[in-house]
Amino acid sequence: MAKEAADPPTSTSSNTQARPALPSGNLVVKCIRCKEILIAREWEKNLKVCSRCNYHFKLSAYERIELLVDPDSFVELDADIVSVDPLHFVSRTKDEVQAYVTKLNDERKNVGLNEAVVIGHATIEQLPLALAIMDFRFIGGSMGSAVGEKITRAIELGIEKRIPVLISSASGGARMQEGLYSLMQMAKTSAALAKLGEAKIPYFSLLTDPTTGGVTASFAMLGDVILAEPGALVCFTGPRVIEQFMHVKPPEINSEFVLQHGMIDAVVHRRDLRQALARLIRMYSPGILEKNSQEFVQHIGESDGLRPGI
Amino acid sequence: MAYDLEFEKPLAELEKKIIALQRKGDRLKPDEYKQLQDTERELRRRTEEIYKNLSSWETVQVARHKDRPYSEDYIRLMCEDFFELHGDRSFSDDHAIVAGPAKLGDEHVMLVCHQKGRDMKEKQFRNLGMPHPEGYRKAGRLMQQAEKFGFPVICLIDTPGAFLGLADEERGQSEAIAANLHLMARLQLPIIAVVIGEGGSGGALAIGVADRILMLEYSIYTVAMPEASASILWRDKGFAPQAAEAMRISAKELKAIDLVDELIPEPLGGAHHNYRLAADNLKVALLKNLAELKMLPVDELLERRYQKFRNIGKFGIASESLTAPY
Repeated sequence: MAKEAADPPTSTSSNTQARPALPSGNLVVKCIRCKEILIAREWEKNLKVCSRCNYHFKLSAYERIELLVDPDSFVELDADIVSVDPLHFVSRTKDEVQAYVTKLNDERKNVGLNEAVVIGHATIEQLPLALAIMDFRFIGGSMGSAVGEKITRAIELGIEKRIPVLISSASGGARMQEGLYSLMQMAKTSAALAKLGEAKIPYFSLLTDPTTGGVTASFAMLGDVILAEPGALVCFTGPRVIEQFMHVKPPEINSEFVLQHGMIDAVVHRRDLRQALARLIRMYSPGILEKNSQEFVQHIGESDGLRPGI
Repeated sequence: MAYDLEFEKPLAELEKKIIALQRKGDRLKPDEYKQLQDTERELRRRTEEIYKNLSSWETVQVARHKDRPYSEDYIRLMCEDFFELHGDRSFSDDHAIVAGPAKLGDEHVMLVCHQKGRDMKEKQFRNLGMPHPEGYRKAGRLMQQAEKFGFPVICLIDTPGAFLGLADEERGQSEAIAANLHLMARLQLPIIAVVIGEGGSGGALAIGVADRILMLEYSIYTVAMPEASASILWRDKGFAPQAAEAMRISAKELKAIDLVDELIPEPLGGAHHNYRLAADNLKVALLKNLAELKMLPVDELLERRYQKFRNIGKFGIASESLTAPY
């Protein structure tokens, strides 16, 4: 698969071509990497990738889902799972006192999501899969109990239905406000993946900008196949911690760096992701698919999804 | 000497008094003798009182005390035999992880431990107890070996965290940690993890996925060291004490919310006041838990371990559905 990075497959079939992300309202957009001014409409058509420097802008979970899966195939599950505040965490600094519950409410209002991950099932080129898509906008995509629970449920859905699992990561790591509960989500999700592995169901991990900390050091790095979008920050130590402790500007540890060092399988351009995933699902799950595809697609009809496909 | 932490000042004063009186030896007058006894009693009482009410940040200081026993101290005091094994068989040997087969009571076990250094030279040698990826890979290698030969695994956790360097990123610190989480979740043997000092972040959890999670009474276990959390939350590591309190990282607080299974009592004033007693307490707890775990058939052991971690986490169900996309 490493070849993919250098030699992206070109597909023109309308079936595999990703549709443009939704308009954002502005006429122009400034690339946060190369500072190029981009025409919003062009930029959106280009799947929010900078046409000059190839910077892949962050996508919301729903944008990512729309990019990856067959239209109207996504069924969201457990959208109502929310974080609670198990430690009664209050952030106290010189000029600010903020309770974690307040922060959660603000984020829910501002982001329009209940948590930093959206899970459910969908099809890619009619191939069913379970998915968990993280959204960096919600407290930096950090993993607390709710995120850990939802990701675990997505993996367990894969085990139960015998369908491949895709997790798309975008996270600053474990959520500090939930203390040790957050750390233990690393063990919880990894244990679920170990069970998925025993059931011999493939797990595809997609790393997007940024994937750092406890998320990288657990499920993100455990994929049977690990893909990354170009230029995504992918590291163990987030830039904020490096700056505080080593007093140096953090080095650029990105998708290409981890590919070079043998940590991931391929860097794939956003427009090629859906097709790459479809090919992988076909290659990795012949036995599973033939048996379950039909059955599962039927099953979706009577599924307990909370939200119709987008 | 023994009481040198900020909050131990009253204890240090009492201790100074005691030492002054003890110096007199035989020349001690009867009333001075009584004074000595009273002061000693007072010291015990005050120590008990202070240690019963340690805050999170104070516990951090005890857990990091320069004289606190480290893994090798416990191994020396607990085990009849220990043969240290080295290397990850692919890159290097990491001195922040000490591991190998050991005899504990009548049990043959595989020990996998963080090791800190005491003086400057040893601190450097042990890299402050912060493992590189090769340390975790050595740990993983020996845990797999333990599975092959049927040795239960005992992990002693004492690290500020995995090392954070460019070379560690190059060699896959994240992958090394994740691989151990994955391995330990399904290892077909009892695993006991004990936090003996600092349980810092993924670097601690990487040898911490276990059937039983125990903590010494004045140890800490945290998603990130208070300094790191402070820099993540407030971009200033000076807020470490606030972060420690807010995250409730002391053993006692974590036991109260059932994130750890058992606290192992420490000698009065912390483990560094009595290595022998601390090691005895640890050994008793290990053997007791080991005996319990060995009773379980492997299938049940693994299912219980899975459920143990599966059930960690507190979340709610939203009353109003917030599902407006985009």
